[in-house]
Amino acid sequence: MGEVTARIGVNGTPRELVVPAQELLLDTLRERLGLTGAKRSCDVQVCGTCTVLVDGEPVSSCTYLTCDADGREVLTIEGFAEQPEFAEFERAFDERAALQCGFCTPGFVLTLKALRDAGELRSREDVIQGLDGNICRCTGYKSIVEAAEMLIGEPAAGLRGER
Amino acid sequence: MSTAETATPSATADRVGHSGGRKDAAPKIRGRAQFAGDINVPRMVHGKVLRAEFPHARIVSIDTSAAERMPGVVAVLVGPELTGFDPYWGHAIKDRPILALDRVRFRGEPVAAVAAEDEATAEAALREIVVEYEELPVLGTVAEAIADDAPLVHDGELRPGLFHGLGKLPEREGNVCYRYRLDAGSVELAEAEGELTVEGEYEFPAVYQYAMETHTVVADFGDGEITLWASCQHPFLVRAEIADLFNLPLGRVRVIVPYLGGGFGSKSYTKMEPITAALSWKAGRPVRIQNGVEESMVTTRRHGMRCRMRTTADRDGKLLSRSVRLWLDTGAYADNGPRVCATAGDAAPGPYRWEAVHVAASCVYSNTAPAGSYRAFGAVHMQWIGEMQIDELARRAGIDPLEIRRRNLLRPGEPVRPDGSGKPLDADLVGDVEKAAAAVGWGEPKREWAGRGLSVGLLAAGAHPVSNASVRMEADGGVEVNVGTTEMGQGARTVMAQIAAEELAIEIDRVTVQGADTRFTPYDRSTGASRSTTLAGLAVQRAAADLRERLLETAAGAWGADRPELEIVDGVVHGPGHEAGYPELIAERFGFAGGELVGQGEVRPEQGSGSYAEGPVFWEICIAAAEVVVDPETGRVGVERMATIADVGKAINPLLVERQDEGAVLQGVGNALFEEMVYKDGYLTNDNLLDYRVPRIEDMPAQMTGIIVENGDGPGPYGAKGCGEGAQAATPAAIATALADAGVPMNQLPFTPERVWRRIQELR
Repeated sequence: MGEVTARIGVNGTPRELVVPAQELLLDTLRERLGLTGAKRSCDVQVCGTCTVLVDGEPVSSCTYLTCDADGREVLTIEGFAEQPEFAEFERAFDERAALQCGFCTPGFVLTLKALRDAGELRSREDVIQGLDGNICRCTGYKSIVEAAEMLIGEPAAGLRGER
Repeated sequence: MSTAETATPSATADRVGHSGGRKDAAPKIRGRAQFAGDINVPRMVHGKVLRAEFPHARIVSIDTSAAERMPGVVAVLVGPELTGFDPYWGHAIKDRPILALDRVRFRGEPVAAVAAEDEATAEAALREIVVEYEELPVLGTVAEAIADDAPLVHDGELRPGLFHGLGKLPEREGNVCYRYRLDAGSVELAEAEGELTVEGEYEFPAVYQYAMETHTVVADFGDGEITLWASCQHPFLVRAEIADLFNLPLGRVRVIVPYLGGGFGSKSYTKMEPITAALSWKAGRPVRIQNGVEESMVTTRRHGMRCRMRTTADRDGKLLSRSVRLWLDTGAYADNGPRVCATAGDAAPGPYRWEAVHVAASCVYSNTAPAGSYRAFGAVHMQWIGEMQIDELARRAGIDPLEIRRRNLLRPGEPVRPDGSGKPLDADLVGDVEKAAAAVGWGEPKREWAGRGLSVGLLAAGAHPVSNASVRMEADGGVEVNVGTTEMGQGARTVMAQIAAEELAIEIDRVTVQGADTRFTPYDRSTGASRSTTLAGLAVQRAAADLRERLLETAAGAWGADRPELEIVDGVVHGPGHEAGYPELIAERFGFAGGELVGQGEVRPEQGSGSYAEGPVFWEICIAAAEVVVDPETGRVGVERMATIADVGKAINPLLVERQDEGAVLQGVGNALFEEMVYKDGYLTNDNLLDYRVPRIEDMPAQMTGIIVENGDGPGPYGAKGCGEGAQAATPAAIATALADAGVPMNQLPFTPERVWRRIQELR
């Protein structure tokens, strides 16, 4: 079982990780780094509950090799929660009660952040299209759409075009 | 409620009835909420399960030697090692070994388990285990299982489990493990008198609950004591089953429940706890087993069903009789099948006045994965069928579907069960269905290929009424609610905090609600059957009121005042010439800067034994209206408008009531339009979320209206009764009646584009 060294920025902290070549980013985050906000569910990249951002793009960490993140920046919900912009997302989800069991919630929040940073969160249609890769089994989605509509707007200053 | 009568009036306690934020919002949005799979205990190893390759086979031999030699493997466990105790479990019927002993009865049945230092090693070790099977004939469907010459899935006598709760188990009859029968009046006579008769055969699919968090358990079996951190809805029932299985006193089994990533019934009763505990015993170390989706799909599912139903009315649409025969496929082990069967039987007549009813329901073993609870079981199976027949009778009688319901629906106080047993109706069904109809534009003109439908049903809710709670006030006035309800997304912790805050007239922020730890948390039967707000909530209300009494008694004693002179406003007790906050009263009581006060609350059957026959605790109302549009070229059904009724007596948190029903609607849409576990000869052919499709955001109905009805007619706190399941039973039924109204009556769920298109061709 070959091991590789991956130099990854995790929530802003540079990490040098020696991992098996086939190790998945989700396992690295959860088992090695104790970042359990990203969850495992479908294992086939359809549910979105393992979503993290790699260089600002949402990826399913259940099917993303840790070694492929070498030289990149990974943002998990734990890291995003430390950023000033997060308060607005938290308020929207709280106010609309846009969560129930909470298992999928970090994935939805990170996907919405990526959409907004890319300037792709401008309308209800954007919300529906942009959240197509995230499943929520509890809410019926209506509350999540309402929360997302509260977040519609321009990317935070300086972010557009960076990804 | 007695507690309400003794309550001290409180001018500002308005915590109940308000849509405050969820107590668990911040940890969940921040990804800090802990689920079972997030728990690491010292020395923990990882478990993986080897599952049967065949639906029915004799195990000739198992060779684990290569797996045991692998570096990193800590233990390998197989069924034949489970000696010296009775290795069978099952809360309804004790029919299930921890690991297969001599044969496997469904594809996916646990055959061996491996514990290793990491998951990858455990998984690799599974591939080194060699099992030799001898295949046996497969009963892949109910029809095969009830055939005269069908082999038995289980030999010998069926033994009742600890909680089958349905009286004496009936004599077994072939592969039928439970039967329900209801006879009231003479169907023969009523049918002779009836002028209009509708009859049909229907099929309901097996469905996967898909709680996004798969079944996950951490077990630590050491020194004659088992600790479990489990994704379970019913910690106290799991504790009892584990104690029974491993011959331990209840106090030597401790079940701790973190947040659950969805339940919907899939985590009711015992699931992966026995195998995880047994593997920990073998390994001598704590073990975590976390199912993959393909494993959870064969851990439990919703029952598939075949049903024949015949309904008769007179020329004016007065309902006369209904006759129902149904078979539920409970798979290789009973799980909750008997109760699902009884509940389906209970729901089969529908909420109408009949001259005669006959129901015969059978719960049947087969060589498929075990089927158990899933939100609104029984009711969801029956409601779409019964309601389609009501609409067909209305059409033949030339009256409106709303009108036939107005004429025939039960009124409050009328017996629900046609034989007069059990609890009478406790809701205004006609008022409810009129509201739902109005919300989808009932009576307005429709376009071509559009249809509107109504559905009304009742679900026996509450399970057995046993719930306890304690409410503890610390010296600083902070309050901790100890209640066994599992927070699985429904908002239980928020609602319990609101109830305690209301009773004590304090801010909700001062109240903490923890998950269950059976070592410290008072007993609660279960989290399911829409019972938490009604029963556990009532226990919390009583406990908080009891605590309030302690505070008032302290003030009365200290001030030499009479109780009627005391009043509580915003957490301050006022009396003649005195006022004091709770911390001051606690300091006064103990003459010390510490101490605490604890209130206790108990809920038990108020009359009779609380048995199923005498129940239910309340009838959950299952009412919806739908507007659908069919594309005749593709057969695709679009849900344009959905309205659901949450007839909850009193909404403790109206926003959470609405949110729960929206979720039920989407699960109902999935059940109606595309969800189906496709079995072929005992093999599940779509055991992943690529092939098994659940509703996505684009499947949301264009308009969803949740209507809350508060008539104060529930047995819970402030007149509340439960919700969350009714909308799920009502949604597929409303879609079915709407689709029939659009010209496409269907007799098989789900209504996939292909099936709908074929039906349109047939009807052309």
